[in-house]
Amino acid sequence: MNKAEILVIDDEAQIRKLLEITLESNDFKVIQAETGKQGILLAANHSPDLILLDLGLPDKSGHEILKELRTWYTKSIIILSVIDQEEDIVKALDNGATDYLTKPFRNAELMARIRAAIRRNSSENNAVISQFNDLEIDVVARTVKKNNEFLKLTSTEFNLLALFIKNEGRVLTHQYILKEIWGVGSQTETQYLRVFVGTLRKKIEENPNHPIHIITESGVGYRFQ
Amino acid sequence: MLSKAINHKNHNVLNQSLIALIMVIIVSVSCYFFSAFIGYKVVAFILLMTVSILAMLFEIVPVLLAATLSALIWNFFFINPIYTFHISNSEDMLMFFMYFLVAFVHTVLTFKIKKIEKKARDKEEKEKTLKLYNTLLNSLSHELRTPISAIIGSVDMLQESDTRLTSENRKSLLNEIEIAGLKLNDQVENLLNMSRLESGILKLKMDWCDLNEQIRLVIQNHFLSNPRILFEEEENFPICKLDVGILEQILINLIRNALYYTAENCTVTISLQLNENSLAVTVEDNGLGIPVKHIPEIFDKFYRVPNTITGGTGLGLSIVKGFVEAHNGTIEVKNNIPTGLKFDIFIPVEITYVNQLKNE
Repeated sequence: MNKAEILVIDDEAQIRKLLEITLESNDFKVIQAETGKQGILLAANHSPDLILLDLGLPDKSGHEILKELRTWYTKSIIILSVIDQEEDIVKALDNGATDYLTKPFRNAELMARIRAAIRRNSSENNAVISQFNDLEIDVVARTVKKNNEFLKLTSTEFNLLALFIKNEGRVLTHQYILKEIWGVGSQTETQYLRVFVGTLRKKIEENPNHPIHIITESGVGYRFQ
Repeated sequence: MLSKAINHKNHNVLNQSLIALIMVIIVSVSCYFFSAFIGYKVVAFILLMTVSILAMLFEIVPVLLAATLSALIWNFFFINPIYTFHISNSEDMLMFFMYFLVAFVHTVLTFKIKKIEKKARDKEEKEKTLKLYNTLLNSLSHELRTPISAIIGSVDMLQESDTRLTSENRKSLLNEIEIAGLKLNDQVENLLNMSRLESGILKLKMDWCDLNEQIRLVIQNHFLSNPRILFEEEENFPICKLDVGILEQILINLIRNALYYTAENCTVTISLQLNENSLAVTVEDNGLGIPVKHIPEIFDKFYRVPNTITGGTGLGLSIVKGFVEAHNGTIEVKNNIPTGLKFDIFIPVEITYVNQLKNE
């Protein structure tokens, strides 16, 4: 199998070096850009399997580059940002970023995110029946089985779960989920989301206090895995 | 901004002038009834005293006005022939001019003294700021340089004596680098928080949150589920509206402190409570606590309890207090019973109960 190619767009030489070593030793091919412009060019020429994009670039804001890339680039883009930019992260995710990691990040975490994102490159999960450990979900029959026993979910709970499954591995922002499930105009009603995620966890998670499927991304949203 | 300040100043002068003139009139009227007993010369002293008192309290213009008015009043109502500005007696004439002169000199002198005092105060303030700044620089350079030294030193060891190091030593050096890096990150986080508070641009991002989950996440993500941290979840706790990021920072600082300043066998307990619309979060440990006399000062910026282990910039708790107050909340600290330290945070919050929402 060919090595997957990753484009790193980051103006810090140290971070690029670190990423190059880490990614190459994990069997990825790495190309690098230190400006947004250069990054867009390389992305167009190489069509890499994944882009690691830093939000704070000298020539253009990462958000602009993201928007520009998203007009034609359909594979995964993972945002790397320094901490304390929750609003930026939410904005980037809403602009089509696949995932995000804050600096400083741990390598194991980065590799896990990259592998999951490349896996998702093929398409979003449109399978009728999906399996996650002890869970089996049939989106057409609208049934959920845990350890082969049917679970009773309300209609809203099921819609929420189906949305998560369709976007497996991806961080969904609160606003996005609210809009998808409750419709336009309910984006600020995050208390609904808290409640329904709570009840959904009680039903599908083995230990709702240590969820393994619906993961909270503090201040940003949720990720299903 | 500037015109507003000038406006304000003008307004102030106007107010003070009015008050000064009224005061002079009141004193004059009172003296008028007693002038038969005390004589007009004593009246002059009483008026002069009034002007002196005004000079201590007010700006120069209102006081000069009061001095002029009082001299004229004294002339008109008290010096013979009364009810005229005419002065027949040369001794009285001299006294009238002397009155003017003394009142004037007194006013100007008092004003000058006030100016010098203000200068001294400003200087003192400046020195205090400078001292604070130096304290910050000292503790910061210590707090930043220590982990940096650890990183550089460890890397040197790993590079130079690669062959002589046992694998165990290598591991521990790498571990040192990791710890130092995380420490630096914490310090930067605190500095950023401090400047957010100081600059006054802290804007709360209020959102609904499940506090049980949030506290659990802090323990898992920031303290790697350290078994010394105990948290018993409150069943059926309502969803509360607050700034999740800020709450996290408050908890991280309090927990980190408690872990750092107590022995390895001590625990840190977090608990939640709700009284009406006031959220109470408690972070308590069973360490040694701190001497009561230091308690009022521990939230002060750069304050560190004397004779504690090194490390820490004295920023953590002042940030905690700032963040709690940004939420219109209060924080209290006391020694725990039987031992340890206990922080109680009270924050007014909007709440929603799960069962009040339709689940359809």
